[in-house]
Formats: sequence, C-alpha cells, structure tokens
Amino acid sequence: MQGMSPIVKKVTQLVMGFIFVYGIYVITHGHLTPGGGFAGGAFLSGTFILLVLSFGSNILNLRREEEEASEIEGLAIFTFLLLAVVGFLIGMRVFFGNFLPKGQIGELISAGVIPLYNIAVGVEVGAALLTIFLALVIYKEEISK
Amino acid sequence: MDQSIPIFVIIPLAASFFISMVGGRIRGFGKTLSVLVFLCTLIIALSYLISGNHASMVYKIGGWEPVGNIPIGIYLLLDPFSGFMLIIINTMAFLATLYSVNYMTKYTGEKYFYTLFCIMVAGLNGVVLAGDLFNLYVFLEITVIASYALVAFGTEKEELEASFKYQILGGMATALILFSIGMIYWYTKTLNIADITKMLASSNDRMLIQFCELILIAGFGLKAAIMPFHGWLPDAHSSAPSPISAMLSGVVIKAAGLYVIFRLFFNMFEITWEISVLITAIGTLSMVVGVFLAIGQWDLKRLLAYHSISQMGYVIIGVGMGMMIVATSGNMALASLAITGGLFHLINHAVFKGLLFLNAGAIEYRLGTRDLNQMGGLFEKMPLTSGTSLAASMAISGIPPFNGFFSKLVIIVAAIQAKFYLLAALAVIVSIITLASFMKFQRYAFFNGQAEDYGKDGIREVPFFMSFAMVVMAVLCLALSLLMIPSVRESFLQPAVDALLGNNEYFMNLLNM
Repeated sequence: MQGMSPIVKKVTQLVMGFIFVYGIYVITHGHLTPGGGFAGGAFLSGTFILLVLSFGSNILNLRREEEEASEIEGLAIFTFLLLAVVGFLIGMRVFFGNFLPKGQIGELISAGVIPLYNIAVGVEVGAALLTIFLALVIYKEEISK
Repeated sequence: MDQSIPIFVIIPLAASFFISMVGGRIRGFGKTLSVLVFLCTLIIALSYLISGNHASMVYKIGGWEPVGNIPIGIYLLLDPFSGFMLIIINTMAFLATLYSVNYMTKYTGEKYFYTLFCIMVAGLNGVVLAGDLFNLYVFLEITVIASYALVAFGTEKEELEASFKYQILGGMATALILFSIGMIYWYTKTLNIADITKMLASSNDRMLIQFCELILIAGFGLKAAIMPFHGWLPDAHSSAPSPISAMLSGVVIKAAGLYVIFRLFFNMFEITWEISVLITAIGTLSMVVGVFLAIGQWDLKRLLAYHSISQMGYVIIGVGMGMMIVATSGNMALASLAITGGLFHLINHAVFKGLLFLNAGAIEYRLGTRDLNQMGGLFEKMPLTSGTSLAASMAISGIPPFNGFFSKLVIIVAAIQAKFYLLAALAVIVSIITLASFMKFQRYAFFNGQAEDYGKDGIREVPFFMSFAMVVMAVLCLALSLLMIPSVRESFLQPAVDALLGNNEYFMNLLNM
C-alpha cells in the first residue's frame, strides 16, 4: 500500500499525538463525562488507521500488525471478563460485582471498578476496529495483486 | 446452584477469548479446551436436573436489587424450562466439539472455528437464561453473528452465498425483533419480562399488543425457520461444516427461535385464541410443506435441512394445540399432554437430527460429496456410520422403539383427544412421507451396491472421535424413549411443561425477589 504526499504525512505527525491523548482522556473519564471505553477506543484505533493510510505499509507488515491487534483484542476482552469474575469471587460474590471502594463522586479515581472496565473496553474496541480495517486493507492488496 | 447460573455464560466466553489468544501457538489447544468447557457446563446443567429442585432461581448480575419493586438490573433466570434447554444445548455442543476434533482437520484456521463455536454456545446459554427482553436480544445477536461466520467457514462460493443470505434474512429478523422490543418498552416502560407481564395485565390496548405479538412471531419465526420464513435454512444448514449444521439444526433454531416464542407467549403475553391459532397454523404449514420439499432433494444435507423445517412443525403443533386449549380454558391436563408432546419432540429432534447431520458429515469426510447419486454400498465400508444413521432414520420416521415414535405418538394422541382430527391425520401422513424419504437416503447411501466404483483409495470408517460422538447420539436416540416412563418424565419433562403453563410462578419469581 502506497503512502500519501508529504503534506498529509506532516499533518498526520502533528495531529496524531493529540488524537491519541484525547482518546485516552475519553476512556479514563468514561465514568465522569459522556463517552467512555467505546468512544475512546474508536479514537485510539483512528490514530493507527491514520498512520497506516498516510505512511503506507507493505503487506507483510500489515499481516503481522493484524495478528498482533487481534491478540491484543483477545487479551483486552479477557481482562474485562476477568474483572467481572473477580467480582464473582471476592466482595459481594456476584458476577460483575463492584469490589473496589467507590470513592468520591466526581473524582477521577472513583466509581470502583468501572474505570477499569472502561480501560479494557477502550483497548478492546481500539484493537478490534484496527483489526477490521487491516483485514479490509489486506483483502484489497490481495485482490489487486 | 444459585451461584452457578452465570457460569453457563462465563466459561464458554472465557474459553473463546483464551483460544483466540493462545490457540495459534499451542497445537490442539482449541479443541481440548472447548471439549472440556462443554463437558463442564453439561455437568452443571445435569446437576440442576438431578438435584430435583424445580424451583426457579434468579441471579442478579452486579447485585442490583429491585428498587421499590421495580427491577432495574440484569436478571438471569433458571427455571425447569431453561434447564431443559440448557441440557440440550450443552449436550449437543459437547458432542459436536468432540466430533470436530477429527472432522475439522480438513479445514484451516481451527483456532477461529473453536473461538466462534464457544461464542455461539455462550450466546445460546444466555438466550435461555435471560430474564429481560433486551439481554435476550443481545445474546441472540451474539449467537447468530457467530453462526453467520461459522456457516461461511469453508469460504467457497456456495458457503459465502448461503452465509450472505442468512445474514440478510437474519438482519431483517433482528430489525423486527428490536422494533417490537422497542414498542413494548415504549408502552410498558420496562424491559424485565415479569414486569412487562404485570404491566400488560393491567392494560387494555389489545391492538398494540397484538401488533407487537405478530412482529415477534415474524422475527423469531425467521430465526426458527418456520414455514413462510424458511428461505435461509436449506442453504445455510447444508453449506456449514457438519458439526455446525448439527448445532444449527439441533440447537440454534430451537433455542433462538422456538424457545423464545414459547417463553414469551406463555409467560409474558396473555394467551389468546387468535395467536394460538396462528402459531398452530404456521406449524402445520411447516410440517406439511417441509416434508414435500424434502423428499425431492438429492443433496443429502439439503434433504436433512428441509426435514428440520418439517419436524419443527411437529414441535409447534404440539405446543400450539396446548395454547389453543389454554386459550379456550379447556382441560388443562390435555393442554399439558400436548405441550409435553411438543417439548419431547423438541429434545428428540435435537438428538436425531444432530446425529443425521453428523452422519452426513462422516460420509462427506470420506467421499467428498453430498450427492446421494454418487454414494452407495457404504454399509460394508462404514458400518458404524451406517448403523447409527439407520437408528436416527428410524427415530425421525417414528418407528418404535426409537424416541421419535413416542413423541409423535403423544402429539397425535393429544390431537385426537382434543378433537383436532385434521392435525392428527396430517401428522400421521407427514410421518409416513418422512419414512419414505429416509428409506431413499438409506437405500442410495448405504445399500445401493456401488462400492467398487470408489477405487482402491480406501473408503473406511471415520476416526475415533467422530464415531464416538455418533454412537453416543445413537444410544441417546434409544435412551430418550425412557422419557415415556412416568417417573422419568415427572422429573425431567413435566417440570418444564409446568414452568410454561404455570405462568404465575415465573412471574412471581422474578418480582418477589
């Protein structure tokens, strides 16, 4: 896959850090502000998609990245389930139980286990959208060969 | 036991994510783990059955208690009818994965197969446990999206076409279901099934409720492939890998389609005469038309797929007759008998149709074809496949002492006692045509004396795990006849029927927590 013009590359370099940090902000403030894991995860995958689109990549790299993204996705969703199961084993002993202290409303570190769920969902959605994008790109590369 | 309800969803989901991470690195990890997982869920489901505790159990996810008697959290509910479905789902999943251990070696990407399979079973377990409409919908989507991918697993032209068709029709069904759930939510301001029952009981807007009911029948009818909505089934079931065909036909159309229809129309809506006549009518239509479509098929798996439609018709008329009797407030013992027949046929069909699809897979595994014309003389070459498929064919055609005979007998006896003579006559005629089409299958596949044409490349019996799964199912075909013995029926089948009929109990259990 070909990269794009130097203008696009430069602009990508300038904005992608901001997009990434904003994605992390949306994920970590999921329990306080609108947004959360899903929306923030879409930002995260957006930065990677922007990089691949503007700088291009060869098919071997794409395949490797797709495998890695898919594994990270599995790991993230597994973490999510693990958190739910930890609630099953300690504290109130219910599935999805909130076993951490709730803290003060409005603080960043509050709401018990919910921010952790948000982080797991954020990573999961980011990796999943990236996997889908890479799968489509790989498919296009293969049929254009 | 109360604590173990979410385990039915947790373990298969965890297994699927684990397989997607580790499965590529360790050989044989996916198959080992998924077989163990389904063995484990099967044991938990059986322990519920054996415990003899027929009370319904509610599990509050996240520990969210109802506020002012209004349920606000996600509730899972295990009652005897759910338990009955759980046993079917997990038995079939266990045997199908056991069969896949050998069968899937001819495909690539085993890791993805077991990942999707575990997700599908997690969704199915969720559907039968869900206590509110929205989670039911979410689990339904988990199931069907995994099954779209599994139908297309061969990635040949035919499989992709079947999967695409399944997706389009499944998408329409999903839209109808979600629309209806939205209407119900708008009208009753709640999603919890028991809460909806309470709200609907005090409402008088029959038009709106009937509209929702009709849309729900269309949506879940598409998932269950009953007659006017059956277009996707023959393609999808015949193109999928055989263990998946067995799961789709044996479990998915029942748990994702019929279970929900029965659950909602018995326990959520009030049973009305119009709806019960409609359900019985489409059941009769599927039963009769399905078998006529089946008998002309030469593709083995298509033949079996059309028979699924026809046999689902038996289940529906059994339960539909029960609904009609309840709607006219007739003899409750008779209603119970009719529903017993329907549910008995449901479990029987899961076993014998699952077995027939596995047999078809075994023949395809050795011969590489599904065309009946290109088979023949396999009786000597593949004795186990031949013997088990003979058992399954006799079960589906209703020949004693196999299980299909007894469930059809119960349905027909109930129909005659309730004076639905036409239904009884149709059930008998359809059974005879079924026998004819399975005699065709037996003759062309196993007894036609064509064996020398296959050359020397050794058509022989399938590997151990495939044979083992088939033999277990053939034994089940015989063993399920034991459900006719009153004491066995009382402990297994009757509680499920009572759970459907005693709609007050379901309702009380969800609310009086």
